[in-house]
Amino acid sequence: MHELGIASSILDCVQAEARRHPKAHITKVGVKIGELAGVDVDCLQFGFEAIVKGTDWEPLVLEVESVPRIQRCPQCRHEFRMTDFDPECPQCGEFATQCISGEELDVTYMEVDE
Amino acid sequence: MSRVEVEKKVLNENQILAEQLRERYRERGILCVNLISSPGSGKTLLLEKTLERMDKGARVAVLTGDLQTENDARRLAKFGFPVKQIVTGGTCHLDAKMIEKHLAAWRLEDIDLLIVENVGNLVCPSSYDLGEDAKIVLLSTTEGEDKPLKYPSIFFKSELMILTKIDLLPYVPFSAALAKENARRVHPQMEILEVSSTTGEGVDRWMEWLRIRQQQAKSKAFALRA
Repeated sequence: MHELGIASSILDCVQAEARRHPKAHITKVGVKIGELAGVDVDCLQFGFEAIVKGTDWEPLVLEVESVPRIQRCPQCRHEFRMTDFDPECPQCGEFATQCISGEELDVTYMEVDE
Repeated sequence: MSRVEVEKKVLNENQILAEQLRERYRERGILCVNLISSPGSGKTLLLEKTLERMDKGARVAVLTGDLQTENDARRLAKFGFPVKQIVTGGTCHLDAKMIEKHLAAWRLEDIDLLIVENVGNLVCPSSYDLGEDAKIVLLSTTEGEDKPLKYPSIFFKSELMILTKIDLLPYVPFSAALAKENARRVHPQMEILEVSSTTGEGVDRWMEWLRIRQQQAKSKAFALRA
């Protein structure tokens, strides 16, 4: 629902980077999107293509790396990928494990032709 | 072709603004809460009951967001506290810029508690930090118990879940136990309160939650100044 806004914020980041490297031509932007970020990757791709189309940015590619939710057990320090919303530590059975990744909504890199 | 590492939040602009707001609240000991739920879960009614129970001298202010109409601000203004409507004109969430803009006319020195009522939506508001101390998610007994599993992002990011409309429990096929279990599966550390704004059941515990958190915000600001 808000993916178009997210797409436009990604393009803002690309524009900011382009201003820092005026001679470079940016061809690809890489983002990391966590499972908990509340962002639908297909909608984001669709929105991004739509706002790039017909502009000087074309054919700028958006590459999405999806990040799974990882939990850490406060008791035995075991780290595991959370599936089916089961927060229980598979090693020691602790229920109140903590989320250590999966909230990402970051621009991580850009590819440029110089 | 070369690769440039960036490491930047996609919503960097919003994040910077939100951190600035958070700092302004922190310095002054203001507690800011961001209420989020589906449309019709009872955010506005709970706020009416909340304002009704506040001491007349309480320094509370409300920002309430909707796509259209000033209806909620009208409902909430009758209690005598400062209330402002944020009409987003179609945007499905509030962002930090809207908060900053609508706060501009108020003196933050006159506020202890700032309640933000987000646009009714369980998806988009979860991505936008408004500088709040806590996100609070409402789930009503007329919805499905699996909402926390369907919309994990917001249930994960909220510190507190308020189960609303509990007066309807005898009449609806809703298991409060299952809803709470699902919420804790997504967010094991989640605090949960049960309220009925209609009968008033549980509202005192919610007021107490606010009071304690407000006190904590005050003492933190005091420690900061010392």
